Amino acid sequence: MTTTVDAAELLRRTRELLAAHPPATTGRTEFLGARFDAGLAWVHYPAGLGGLDAPRSLQPVVDAELAAAGAPDNDPRRIGIGLGMAAPTILGFGTDEQKQRFLRPLWIGEEVWCQLFSEPGAGSDLAALSTRAVRDGDTWTVDGQKVWTSSAHLARWAILIARTDPDLPKHRGISYFICDMTDPGVDVRPLRQITGEAEFNEVFLTGVRIPDSRRLGPVGEGWKVAQTTLMNERVSIGGARIPREGGMIGPVSRTWRERPELRTPDLHQKLLTLWVEAEVARLTGERLRQQLVAGQPGPEGSGMKLAFARLNQEISGLEVELLADEGLLYGDWTMRRPELVDFTGRDAGYRYLRSKGNSIEGGTSEVLLNIVAERVLGLPAEPRTDKDVAWKDLAR
Amino acid sequence: MTAPNQPATPDLLYSEAEEDLRSAVRALLADRSGAPSVIARTESDTPYDQHLWKTLAADIGAAGLLVPEKLGGLGATHREAAVVLEELGRAVTPSPFLTSAVVATAALLALGVENGPAAELLGDLAAGRHTAALAVPFAAAPGADHTADVTADCGALTGTVRGVADAALADVLLVPAATGLYAVERAARGVVLEVLVPLDLTRPLAGITLDGAAATLLAGPDAGAAAVRHGLLTGAGLLASEQLGVAEWCLAETVRYTRERHQFNRPVGSFQALKHRMAELWLQVVSARAAARNAADALATDAADAPLAVAVAQAYCSGVAVHAAEECVQLHAGIGMTWEHPAHLYLKRAKADSLAYGTAGRHREAVADLVELPAP
Repeated sequence: MTTTVDAAELLRRTRELLAAHPPATTGRTEFLGARFDAGLAWVHYPAGLGGLDAPRSLQPVVDAELAAAGAPDNDPRRIGIGLGMAAPTILGFGTDEQKQRFLRPLWIGEEVWCQLFSEPGAGSDLAALSTRAVRDGDTWTVDGQKVWTSSAHLARWAILIARTDPDLPKHRGISYFICDMTDPGVDVRPLRQITGEAEFNEVFLTGVRIPDSRRLGPVGEGWKVAQTTLMNERVSIGGARIPREGGMIGPVSRTWRERPELRTPDLHQKLLTLWVEAEVARLTGERLRQQLVAGQPGPEGSGMKLAFARLNQEISGLEVELLADEGLLYGDWTMRRPELVDFTGRDAGYRYLRSKGNSIEGGTSEVLLNIVAERVLGLPAEPRTDKDVAWKDLAR
Repeated sequence: MTAPNQPATPDLLYSEAEEDLRSAVRALLADRSGAPSVIARTESDTPYDQHLWKTLAADIGAAGLLVPEKLGGLGATHREAAVVLEELGRAVTPSPFLTSAVVATAALLALGVENGPAAELLGDLAAGRHTAALAVPFAAAPGADHTADVTADCGALTGTVRGVADAALADVLLVPAATGLYAVERAARGVVLEVLVPLDLTRPLAGITLDGAAATLLAGPDAGAAAVRHGLLTGAGLLASEQLGVAEWCLAETVRYTRERHQFNRPVGSFQALKHRMAELWLQVVSARAAARNAADALATDAADAPLAVAVAQAYCSGVAVHAAEECVQLHAGIGMTWEHPAHLYLKRAKADSLAYGTAGRHREAVADLVELPAP
């Protein structure tokens, strides 16, 4: 049976779901499970896998109706890696069995996912990774170290890339796996960072055995699979409108207004310059959003992360300076393990330190500038010496 | 105290009609305002190509964009005028569009009259029959007072005004005085213009000396002062689009050149140090476009926060245009320092524009007032 699922049909099914499982009297997990089974989890996914093959643009119809009815959501920020990275990769490259096994508990949040990509020696140059997976019949044995792994201490599963053929050039000898984080040989250690907290982990893999049935995509094509994951990692800026003074300029502007004794001419000039830049960045994001809505996506998105990283760093630096005596204090050096980064809920010193990561995480500013230069401006690539050399022969 | 009021959502895109207008202006300028002819003209006695101006003003109708149809204009908006300025900036074309069709026209429109001398003059400006210049220094910010330079006595004006853009070519000067806003024929007896040597060779400056020059009163003190403020606010807001055009050309030309120029057996544009500078510039240009569009839209819709949108656009776009032009000269290296390469025209235009209608610093002061971030 082929039907085109339109907005009216989605609305009808959403109301049916709400009638059969009233949010007020239904448990959270039970409701989310029923929602998945009704194909209303991600409407553009195939029927039976949480979706209805509907246009992706119709998801807000469902979300709005459910929110209005007070239905629980699946806490997408907490399970962001599963939703944003693991799910689209499994959908694109997984076997039917893998899709059936993993997507439902992932979406409901019963199983948290993490991502075992970055390594101490492979950050921006991710394809240089050296974690090894060696095949023995139907099982792979994995050894290596991963780093900057969010949620690893909470995760049941991980997406993992590992080197399966060191004799090939670095991009061609990589395979992609689903790793069980409860297996022996997986050792998760908090990675304490500059703020004193441990948002991330180091993950040590020692003789971890992964059945071949948990490989995603063909052997040796893990880099291609990882591209799908990484493309989906890009946070869509198109969605939300930022209000004026909505970012880090908000707290520092409020401090300026409320505490005249802190004001100096020099800080006034710096504050105004940054206020203008924050307002312009907001307008640039709004223009990008309008372009997307009008169906004319521009390349501006590539630059927005650069702009916000720099702004966050400069504004938070100014804020510490403005606070004078208080700027010398820090809220709390306890090694907390936050599940979410909360910039505006913390003090200025925290903002200053944490924002240093904004120009590193998700692609360093230097790498993003290369991407803008080459893909947007069409400038020539730098000569590369690693493309056709076997990974084992590369200088490390 | 609370955060400033949240603005209505502006339309930051370009409409189809605006893109059509852009195409027409760009084609005209490509044909008639090439860099060699602009350079040649800056060394002649006629800074403007009158035929080009007539085509732009009258045939394309650019001079009448801001003027309502009932007064003889096209009844378009600041959004369309901004697109014309982007193209004039991109080609660094000498033209009285900004001073006459935007600033003088906006000042006259602010008087809100439908007949009388101001309305008649608007009709002449819109049709491209005459040009006018607001007789205040080109560097004047929208909030400054300009009434002290000239005194009026029985309809005759006496005084001097420094550094007025496009005055020497304007048919009519709009002169603010304490007693109101006056119109003076540039060719009238008692009007002496001292042509100055400008930093920006594509925009002539002159000092004006009035010695009992016959004048027509257009408006009294309050309406006159409000008209001058509105003219300068409009000029500052739309100047951001000219600055955007300047910056866009500088970036595009620098990218083109560094892709082709080889040193050390590689295109110089493949060196990361240069790529990063151009990528940073691209991000600034993209941001300047949002700021300039926001100012144009706020002026077009007479938005309550138009003064803030203008101040933000000027505070940001001035610096971007100068930075783009400076990078253009540096990344072109030797050739960028020569007279025959047009990079210097853009640098001079960008630097002069950064002073025009208030510096970035002046506009940041305006931001401080408007969003309640007061000075110590």
